[in-house]
Amino acid sequence: MELGKDLVAASATPLVLTLLAGGDSYGYAIIKRVSELSGGQLKWTDGMLYPVLHRLERLGHIAARWEVSESGRRRKYYRITRQGRAQLSSQRRQWQLVDATLRTIWAGTSSPMTSGIAPALPGH
Amino acid sequence: MVASASGDSFEQMIGQWRTYVRRHPSIHPRDVDELESHLRDQAAALVSVGLAADEAFLVAIKRIGNLDALSREFAREHSERLWKQLVLVPDASSEPGHSAFQDRIVMVGLAAGAALAIKIPELFGLHLLGDGQQVYTRNLSLFVLPLLTAYFAWKRRVPLVVCWQLVLLLAAAAVFANVFPFVPGGHTETLTALHLPIALWLAVGLAYVGGHWRTSSGRMHFVRFSGEMFIYYVLIALGGGVLTFFIVQMFALIGLDVRWAAQLWVLPCGAMGALVVAAWLVEAKQSVIENMAPVLTRLFTPLFTAALLAFLATMAWTGGGIDVTREVLIGFDLLLVVVLGLLLYAVSARDLQAPPDAFDALQLLLVVSALVVDTVALFAITARISEFGFSPNKVAALGENLILFVNLSWSAWLYARFLSGRGSFAALTQWQTAYLPVYAAWAALVVVVFPPLFGYV
Repeated sequence: MELGKDLVAASATPLVLTLLAGGDSYGYAIIKRVSELSGGQLKWTDGMLYPVLHRLERLGHIAARWEVSESGRRRKYYRITRQGRAQLSSQRRQWQLVDATLRTIWAGTSSPMTSGIAPALPGH
Repeated sequence: MVASASGDSFEQMIGQWRTYVRRHPSIHPRDVDELESHLRDQAAALVSVGLAADEAFLVAIKRIGNLDALSREFAREHSERLWKQLVLVPDASSEPGHSAFQDRIVMVGLAAGAALAIKIPELFGLHLLGDGQQVYTRNLSLFVLPLLTAYFAWKRRVPLVVCWQLVLLLAAAAVFANVFPFVPGGHTETLTALHLPIALWLAVGLAYVGGHWRTSSGRMHFVRFSGEMFIYYVLIALGGGVLTFFIVQMFALIGLDVRWAAQLWVLPCGAMGALVVAAWLVEAKQSVIENMAPVLTRLFTPLFTAALLAFLATMAWTGGGIDVTREVLIGFDLLLVVVLGLLLYAVSARDLQAPPDAFDALQLLLVVSALVVDTVALFAITARISEFGFSPNKVAALGENLILFVNLSWSAWLYARFLSGRGSFAALTQWQTAYLPVYAAWAALVVVVFPPLFGYV
């Protein structure tokens, strides 16, 4: 399934922060992990992750460092900061709100997949 | 890792790819390193599931995505890399900018205004080289900085509230420069003349950032602007000197001595007008100096470090303290200000994401040696104060040394943290931009409080 461009962009921040909250990581590993966790459904254009990482770094949500891996190659590792964790929990509440709202609406409509655009809030 | 048989061609392809990516100005070599690391990981993973190295490379490239789109994303995130476009061309979608023609007309008008303003006191019989010298000394910055402020207030479409604040600020400056009954040629008058421009530069900065002075990046843009304007001004002054020389020589050939015209008109009017022109040039011809200023910083940082170290070594060798006279103290202050300028400019021109390199270590050395020199100066000043008591000059020098001491100490600490990988360079940038108002506040304090405090001597 292809995700819309806006949704991909919007979900990148919570995804990156969540993954980094579980341990330091680098760009390629983050992309791979997102792909695995979504069963290969959620695919980013690989390069686009990096501007996102740099933005989060500038905002102070994550911090970066260069490290030499065991294979002798240099990699840029990212670590979530305390501020990043606060941001993550705030994002988490926002996404849960959106998710809960959509679930409530969709639970009331017969079959959102086939009936096209659902009518306004049913069940008055 | 990639199979060694096709390893060479793989490295070649990576090399070609790097050259290609580097053509995008918004993607820095450091980002290319990160992308290359990604590319290699991706390719290695593909090779491990059975692809040939070159196939793996092509798939990995494809997955990185369209480079133009990527470069746009990088440009959006790293605005400081392309700051001239962002500052110069106002966001077309949100606010219509003034046309280049309008801009030039306003600039020429304000430059002419500044050139004429300096002659206004002459209308009241106060001559630059005669009895009006006192008026000129105190008000020098007030002839041109309000016009410069007006230029940016117009150019940035500064909100009306901020405009009123600026007017109040400038009016207060004019009042404090002129109401005090200074003893002619006294110390406090000289201090006012020296500190008023520093305080007023804040007003220019406020207009320059369009009232958004709370943002660190806005202040950093203003630091860059100040550095580049300084370079432009020096260049214009050099050209002006040559021009004046030739005018005087040419008229001497036909038996006319026009030195008076050069002294009374060309020099003062040119010096004032050139400030506005320099500011406009920084805005309009950004890319010229933008490349030069960091080079100059890199050139002079090692030289100043060497000079400071040589000085300290000599002082340690001869075992003598410094003989503190007034001139020496002022010299020290100026030296520290230059060091601070170098530091500020180096900080403003640096790529925030780049890891520590040798130049950062050199900067730390410069800061530390300046700190030592500052400490020596501080000791000398306190010794002199305890021996001869307080004087406006010594207190001003003491205050400035303390302010610089605090800044340099914390900068050294932040640099050390950054070099050891425990801190980010952004912390240093933020410290420097957060500290900027301190200079203006101190300068304002000297202008407002010192004259009455020391009895206008």
